[in-house]
Amino acid sequence: MAVCVAVIGKDNSPKYIKCVDETNALQFHYKVHTSIDIVEEKLNIGTKTVADNKELFLGMLYSTEEYKIFGYATNTKIKFIIVLQSSNATLRDNEVRMMFRKLHIAYANVVSDPFYIPGDQIKSRAFDSAVSEIMS
Amino acid sequence: MKHQFVDGKSVPGAKAEADECLFEYLHGEIINYVVSKSKESSEEDLSQLEWMGFSVGYRIIERLTREMQRFKDELDIIKFICTDFWNSLYHKQVDNLRTNHHGVYVLHDNEFRLLAKIGKAGSRQYLCESPRLLAFTCGLLRGSLANLGVACTVKAEVTALPSCKFNVEVQRM
Repeated sequence: MAVCVAVIGKDNSPKYIKCVDETNALQFHYKVHTSIDIVEEKLNIGTKTVADNKELFLGMLYSTEEYKIFGYATNTKIKFIIVLQSSNATLRDNEVRMMFRKLHIAYANVVSDPFYIPGDQIKSRAFDSAVSEIMS
Repeated sequence: MKHQFVDGKSVPGAKAEADECLFEYLHGEIINYVVSKSKESSEEDLSQLEWMGFSVGYRIIERLTREMQRFKDELDIIKFICTDFWNSLYHKQVDNLRTNHHGVYVLHDNEFRLLAKIGKAGSRQYLCESPRLLAFTCGLLRGSLANLGVACTVKAEVTALPSCKFNVEVQRM
């Protein structure tokens, strides 16, 4: 389903990024990088207006002809980005939400590992398998 | 014991009481370990205990806030700490929260779980040992708040067992 999954830290540094097609990785790195701006924008609006935007799921950040890019930001300012193929028209918002949910659970598990130092790059087999489940 | 039974009911899906004891025993042993290690120096060094709490708090908050909505502001975060956070750790809510709206919050717990079994209510026998039991929780608070983006210092205060106060002072940039 997803073609690229990325985790971005508090300070906007990449913690984890994985693409289906590694030969085209750079292209996805650019896309993820671009999306950070939009995530920040959405988060700042959230602090000004009181109501609606209280969900962690940020919805679609932007779309190109080929891809749709979705974002999610945790309460601890960790951002998740998922890139999906635009041709995949059957994918509904709720399904994307579920993907982020899975990702967040996997991330919480990584952080709970006492040997993981918060802020480091994520190198975990369990997280890898959770991500590849999302991408399959 | 009565205390625990009440807890079991009030928390939906709570597991057996055994796991509550486990935390208390482990916590007790960690205190013993830290205190015995720092015996050489004249002053008791609880900073290691505080640091352990910090790293636990920093990690656990990711899990606890997973189902939560995004927090609006600092007060929202503190409210979460007083209710859900306290509930999942100590099976009760903070009894009283006071703030001066300028970054100082005082969390008042009338029956803090880790102090609840230290002697009779109002007993002063173990008053000077009680900071040992609070250092971990201070760190826990500081770590959780740090990960939520609130840099602060946390001080604990005990005047009469088993109640205690946590002073959270937010550091403004």
